Amino acid sequence: MPTVSVERDALFTNLGHTYTDEEFDELCFEFGVELDEITSEREEALKNENAKLTKQELEALSTTVIYKIDVPANRYDLLCIEGIVRALKIFLCELDAPTYKIVEHSADTDARQCMTVLPATNPIRPYAVCAVLRDVTFTPERYASFIDLQDQLHRNLCRQRTLVAIGTHDLDTIQGPFTYNAETPKDITFVPLTHDVEFNAADLMEEYLNDPACKHLKPYVPIIYDAEKYPVIRDSNGVVLSLPPMINGAHSKITLDTKNVFIECTATDLTKANIVLDTVVTMFSEHCAAPFTVEPVDVKYEDDSVSKGYTTPQLFLRKETAAIDFVNSLIGIDLPAEEMVKLCEKVQLGPACLLSEGTVLEVTVPPTRSDILHAVDVAEDIGIAFGYNNIVKRVPTTCTVGGEQPLNALGDLLREEISRAGYIEVLTHGLSSCHENFTALRKPVTPAVELLNPANVEYQVVRTTLLTGLLKTLQHNKSASFTKGFKLFEISDVVLPDDEHVVCESIVGARNCRRVCAVYAGPTSGFEIIHGLVDRIMTLCEVNPEEAYIANSAKGDEEKYRVAREGYFYTIKESTEETFFPGRCADILLTYPGSGGAQIKIGSFGILHPEVLKSFDIQYPASSVELDLEPLL
Amino acid sequence: HKDTMAEALILSYLNTSDTTTIPDTFTWSEESKVSHQDVVGAVKSLLVDAYITADEITANFFELTSEGEQIIKDGSQEIAVLKCVLEAGADGIGMGDLQTKVGKNVAKIGMGNCMKAKWIGKAGANLVPKVDAVPEDEVQDALKALSAGSDVDGKVVQNLKRRKLISPVTRKSYKVSRGPSYAPVRVKKAADLTKEMLDSGAWQTTPFKSYNFLTLGEKVGGGYLHPLLKVRAEFRKILMQMGFQEMPTNKWVESSFWNFDSLFQPQSHPARDAHDTFFIKKPAETVSVPDDYYERVKEMHEKGGGGSIGYRYNFKKEEAFKNLLRTHTTAISSQMLYKLANQEGGFKPQRYFSIDRVFRNESMDATHLCEFHQVEGLVADYNLSLGDLIGTIETFFKKIGITQLRFKPAFNPYTEPSMEIFGYHPDLKKWTEIGNSGMFRPEMLQPMGLPENVRVIAWGLSLERPTMIKYRIKNIRDLFGHKVEMARTRAAPVCRFDTVGTVAEA
Repeated sequence: MPTVSVERDALFTNLGHTYTDEEFDELCFEFGVELDEITSEREEALKNENAKLTKQELEALSTTVIYKIDVPANRYDLLCIEGIVRALKIFLCELDAPTYKIVEHSADTDARQCMTVLPATNPIRPYAVCAVLRDVTFTPERYASFIDLQDQLHRNLCRQRTLVAIGTHDLDTIQGPFTYNAETPKDITFVPLTHDVEFNAADLMEEYLNDPACKHLKPYVPIIYDAEKYPVIRDSNGVVLSLPPMINGAHSKITLDTKNVFIECTATDLTKANIVLDTVVTMFSEHCAAPFTVEPVDVKYEDDSVSKGYTTPQLFLRKETAAIDFVNSLIGIDLPAEEMVKLCEKVQLGPACLLSEGTVLEVTVPPTRSDILHAVDVAEDIGIAFGYNNIVKRVPTTCTVGGEQPLNALGDLLREEISRAGYIEVLTHGLSSCHENFTALRKPVTPAVELLNPANVEYQVVRTTLLTGLLKTLQHNKSASFTKGFKLFEISDVVLPDDEHVVCESIVGARNCRRVCAVYAGPTSGFEIIHGLVDRIMTLCEVNPEEAYIANSAKGDEEKYRVAREGYFYTIKESTEETFFPGRCADILLTYPGSGGAQIKIGSFGILHPEVLKSFDIQYPASSVELDLEPLL
Repeated sequence: HKDTMAEALILSYLNTSDTTTIPDTFTWSEESKVSHQDVVGAVKSLLVDAYITADEITANFFELTSEGEQIIKDGSQEIAVLKCVLEAGADGIGMGDLQTKVGKNVAKIGMGNCMKAKWIGKAGANLVPKVDAVPEDEVQDALKALSAGSDVDGKVVQNLKRRKLISPVTRKSYKVSRGPSYAPVRVKKAADLTKEMLDSGAWQTTPFKSYNFLTLGEKVGGGYLHPLLKVRAEFRKILMQMGFQEMPTNKWVESSFWNFDSLFQPQSHPARDAHDTFFIKKPAETVSVPDDYYERVKEMHEKGGGGSIGYRYNFKKEEAFKNLLRTHTTAISSQMLYKLANQEGGFKPQRYFSIDRVFRNESMDATHLCEFHQVEGLVADYNLSLGDLIGTIETFFKKIGITQLRFKPAFNPYTEPSMEIFGYHPDLKKWTEIGNSGMFRPEMLQPMGLPENVRVIAWGLSLERPTMIKYRIKNIRDLFGHKVEMARTRAAPVCRFDTVGTVAEA
């Protein structure tokens, strides 16, 4: 969610009201933005531990109160103080929503500013849209807001300038018509805004990559770095306006004295380019001599890839309809149609009117509201204008039956039982380092789901075993008493590569596998204790031991009362696994109706190999078991 | 045995002596020829059952060290040395001869002290006398006086201490008198009821010790459940009581298609950046998704439909087929709704819930890990409204003890309207954001094939936050992962919520 910083006093002056912090917070809540923080430049600096400022430097910082306001990610019209003030005043019914007008500079339409887009831009950044704001009055505050808005748009809607980049210029320093072309980097020479000497574009990229003073531009270098030709906008005299999406030329720099502003947006997404241009134009045309007017620019695509005679800004204005019944039913209110028409004014969807004998609401979606895609968006705004907290609550009346997933149900039952058997439950991470998931357990590295962008080495793969988490827990609880034995368990998922597993008609190439894992550590290995847990789990899951397995066991009373499912048997069989001590490891084998008489390995247990214990810095002998739960369903 | 002997001796003395008092157990035990240590043990034991009363006596005095004892016997080293030097006459005596006569240690200490006292001096290699006669042995006298219990000047005592001839001792003893339960012979009380007592019937006559109730009982041992999963169990119970059916969320690896695209989240949405989402290197690409449905989703993104203008961009298959770790369980909700729309017999209203892990590539801090548990509930039914969502959310939160709610307009890419849920938290005693909610967008539901007037309301929250508040846990690492201390798990109470007003009156 974007955060917009505005000076409180300036905000209140523009709103024409003064509020207490609580009152303003309340207004934000109702409108749907959030007063996130109340601060000042000095307070910010004090909070920032990295910036070590001297006392003088601190005192030089402003104590002017700043409101940090969180705005919804789809409301680009709230990314600057102009937009916030305008929206709140309209919401408070203190201002009529402005009508944005395209006004020619002169009667002669041939005299329009013009931008020619050359086909060479196609492989790199094929679109450009432009507009001109006339007779703008800048003040230091407006100027700062103008720059901030562009930064906000670049960060959010423009996706770090990959989709759209904005360039703004003092029109009186340049001479149309303009050309948008892609040229060999060495051929693009100009003085960039960041420097006061001339560079060619190739050298400039290197400069941005390496100069710490330009580190704010470094992230954008990869967008064009490898391209054969770089995008460039020039005026009729060949003056470089900008090297999109990197930097503007110093020549056409906007100053406080600038009167006429030329705006160009270059893009890889034309829809977004128009939204960005409309946003900038609607926000800052407020400061034109004739407020809310903008001058059009013809954009000519030489290869006709975009329709001929394309003129921007589009100031995308459209009608959207929503049935009165639909709005009432969706929000759960019962507003008369005329009320709705009035509420539309509050949320910048005016003018609105009624169609089809008053059953359908038609609203006007201004260029500032690119978030409106469907009648539900209109309904939401009417809901906001009505007030969410005024809606009468009710509960869906259809009766449905609750229920749980069988696998989760079995897991929860076993959790209770295993903890009853003296084991402490743990909850460990699903992500693991490759080393701890395999090598530390003495296992060869086998396929696992591997992350493309792991946050750190601890989270390289999705675990294929629960054992690592349990052993790390033992490691971190070293200081606890092991004299009576330390028992841990976890029931959770591991993920295994599997390109045949189908869920919802889809195959992703991996599958979750629900496991039970338990570990004992104490003065002796506890092999029999873990073995006993295996038998206990089977008893709980109604699985009979095979005759041969228990032939030599003393049959306790429990055997007399054993309850088991037909066709389910288990046995254990000595095996060899790298993780376990030689001669102290067994597979758990299950025969079930679906296995066709075959014994299927569902897990194994054993005394942990001393080298495994060493990897996890465990000082006591230990045994563990890990088995699949799904076959026991 | 020794204790009981001393005990019997004390009790009988208190019985027979005229004063019925032992003025000082120390002197008394010397007279009675028992060790004082045994007597002290007996006193403490008798005190427990109030056979006696005892006042503590503290005595501070000095004890002679072995060197001190030696001096009482032989005189001080300096006197011994001076005597030798005087005997040798005016020419004095060599160091070697002196050592032979008095011993090496005495020679060393005595010579130093004689020099300091200026009783002797050096002439070449020899020691010569500077006084004519042997003075009083003041050190020996002081030691004798101390051992006899007489007073000695403080400065002298300090000097003896410094020379390690004496060491200070504190002795504790008691003045003992008869106590309220005094009897000439002690009857031993039993600590616990035993099987033998039951068998013999001795429990009827055996006196029992009083029990110290001001100590904790023994630890119960056994196993323990994890606090977060106790809360999960309670949440599941609540949601099932509300008629919600659990979704199969055991699927951590997901396609971008189900995680984002099917929810009508545009492919250029910032949440789809590597800064927020873990993408998968292996298996990097989804193998398949339902073909027809894929086309309908693509169409909706690119061109819209069903009254929507869509996002108007080129939908890319390679973006949709990128595998990731699911960022929300809504990826599964989407699949469940798709199934609900396409099941045999057509759509039926349904309530679904899930509580499971999700993964976010966010910066980690005290309250954020890159994986956490998401609680999600949704209702799909004809003509649902925002009012139904508010009512459903209220029912749920009431059951976990949060009765005061407010709703703030918000934005989610796949819900419209969307509301953030704020609640007055009874444990935190303040208003705080407790969840997110909304109605799924028609652009999400229509391609699935759900009837036009079917609406889906949903809400979600994390499981970790309510658990951390409930169990007063400040750092998420103390709740989730291998760094959790087992003592914390052992100490966690059962999970129950104040359900005022939600339980039917009897």
